[in-house]
Amino acid sequence: MSDIFPKWTNKLPLRLLLGVMIVGSVVTAGVTYYFTPKYTRVGYQPIQPVPFPHTVHAEQLGLDCRYCHNGVEQSWFSNIPSANTCMNCHNQVLASDARLEPVRESFRSGQPVSWVQIHKTPDYVYFNHAVHVNRGVSCVHCHGPINKMDEVYHAKPLSMSFCLDCHRDPAAKIRPPEEVYNLNWVPPENFAKDKGAKFVHDWKVNASQNCSTCHR
Amino acid sequence: MAATTRSHHETPTLTVAPAPKELEREPLVLNNRSLSWITATIAGIVEGKTPKWWWAFFIPSALVMSMCFGMIAYLISAGIGVWGLNQPVGWAWDITNFVFWIGIGHAGTLISAVLFLLRQKWRTSINRAAEAMTLFAVACAGIFPLIHVGRIWFAWWLFPIPNANNIWPQFRSPLLWDVFAVSTYGTVSLLFWYTGLVPDLATMRDRAKTKIRKFAYGFFALGWTGSNRHWSNYEKAYLLLAGISTPLVLSVHSIVSFDFAVSVVPGWHTTIFPPYFVAGAIFSGFGMVLTLMIPLRTVCKLHDLITIRHIDLMCKVTMATGSIVGYAYAMEFFIAWYGGNPYELYAFKNRAFGPYWWAYWSMVSCNVICPQLFWFKAIRQNVVIVFIISIFVNIGMWFERFVIIVTSLHRDYLPSSWGYFSPTPVDILTFVGSFGLFLTLFLLFMRFLPMIAISEVKGVTPQADPHHPLGGAKEGHH
Repeated sequence: MSDIFPKWTNKLPLRLLLGVMIVGSVVTAGVTYYFTPKYTRVGYQPIQPVPFPHTVHAEQLGLDCRYCHNGVEQSWFSNIPSANTCMNCHNQVLASDARLEPVRESFRSGQPVSWVQIHKTPDYVYFNHAVHVNRGVSCVHCHGPINKMDEVYHAKPLSMSFCLDCHRDPAAKIRPPEEVYNLNWVPPENFAKDKGAKFVHDWKVNASQNCSTCHR
Repeated sequence: MAATTRSHHETPTLTVAPAPKELEREPLVLNNRSLSWITATIAGIVEGKTPKWWWAFFIPSALVMSMCFGMIAYLISAGIGVWGLNQPVGWAWDITNFVFWIGIGHAGTLISAVLFLLRQKWRTSINRAAEAMTLFAVACAGIFPLIHVGRIWFAWWLFPIPNANNIWPQFRSPLLWDVFAVSTYGTVSLLFWYTGLVPDLATMRDRAKTKIRKFAYGFFALGWTGSNRHWSNYEKAYLLLAGISTPLVLSVHSIVSFDFAVSVVPGWHTTIFPPYFVAGAIFSGFGMVLTLMIPLRTVCKLHDLITIRHIDLMCKVTMATGSIVGYAYAMEFFIAWYGGNPYELYAFKNRAFGPYWWAYWSMVSCNVICPQLFWFKAIRQNVVIVFIISIFVNIGMWFERFVIIVTSLHRDYLPSSWGYFSPTPVDILTFVGSFGLFLTLFLLFMRFLPMIAISEVKGVTPQADPHHPLGGAKEGHH
């Protein structure tokens, strides 16, 4: 037999096994890191027609989220304001700033500013903003520290497991409804334990895990 | 005491009972063939020039197989609507073909594992080919559930792989049990088959003339030298694998039957399903073994190895399992009446006399009536008739699955939802194509691997017994 296979081939199966294990681990780790929304979606920050700073508006000036996104409590969709809303202030403030030209153009023509959408749910997913914000789920849960962003970026993975983490344990993430738009709110100690479950019960939070809840 | 003494006196002296006539078992290898003849004959099939008949079978099979893959590509690109199934018949030829093929595999496992543990020595001539048949049938079977999911790129969701969707297979579903049952079955069958092949691969390696053959057989022979230690490890591994495979003979098709029995559809929701499916699987498997072996022993001139006795015994197994299947058909009807559930009774009446009556009666004539002919020895030993009956068994068992699946589904709970299933050309060509895949794999197997377990057949010859006049290290009688 030695004329067919040299002696080192005796160790070949062991080496192959080792190689398969190493390659397998590397592939598994690589897929887990690079092929999941934590990597593929988090950090997405496209260049917008206007470099709108949420940090100036929501944090320094203290505008309520609903001043611009005024449909969020009634609609499944959290609307992007039209240029009219912007011009309430910007006909006075920075009225001739070059950076705001697309807003003024939109105000004159009636054509919306072509913002680049960042947070997208796939078309087979039904997501309702109103039902979440009215039941104590704050903007920051899904959009991250948006009041601190100079320009908006994708902060959370928004994968299916991201949704399910909360739906499987809503008490841990829920907050009093009056604090939903207080983006800097920090839950008091043991809040989730003491109050979360009670809120889930009292407000009839039905964080369903049924497939058809989201995949209608 | 006294009575005993008296009777003792009165009984005439016992003469020595005549020695019973030694019942001669028919030998498993005819014509007292020597060990070297066995090796040369089996290895010779692989080593000789490729016969013309092989090409005559292989080329059409490969073409039909390509058609199967073409149809699958069409299905995946166009969607599941190219098949004839639709509401209310959501499962039709796809699952019929799956159960048909997976059932065929069972004969291989029964022959290789159960008959091994029961020390049925006649298995040695047929187990290798039957196990190969099992593997190829499982390969054909695996295709259908895989492609019937429609969006085949999500098929990996069937396995418990952590994912960013945080979803997990539904372990309470028999469809998932099926995934594990069939993949376990495929894996164990492959290991069992390969383990048995190792000594024969070494034989092929040692006889090989060309460098490529030496390398190829040598690679898969895993450095087998035939030492005592190798044989001892081999025997242990083989026994263990036989032990692991034995429950699979029962479990795999039981779980396949759960796909139906665990549901609430009248006609499916019956407790007899697991044993009835297992018997049917073995029945269909032996049907296929006979269909393959009878032509094989003729074209490869293996009459001394696969003897009439082998065929006779396989016919008996076919008849026994066929009778169990027939009993199950009758019992389903009895329970449908005795159980007092009008929907179940309707489902069974509809099977026999409804729009699919032709399928039901095809099934009964092929599966219940045909194998009863095997009561007659003359029929069991007439290979032509056995071959024809085995074809009927194959047809009947396909119809059985069709009847169970389609006739139970086509009458939905509301008459407004009733329907009638007709296959599309894609349905038909995919199924026909799966035979191409099966035959292609089988023809490749018989061309490149010893299709009879050389070492095992040698072990059941009289020469292998050291106490036999021709036995031991001596060369056998020629």
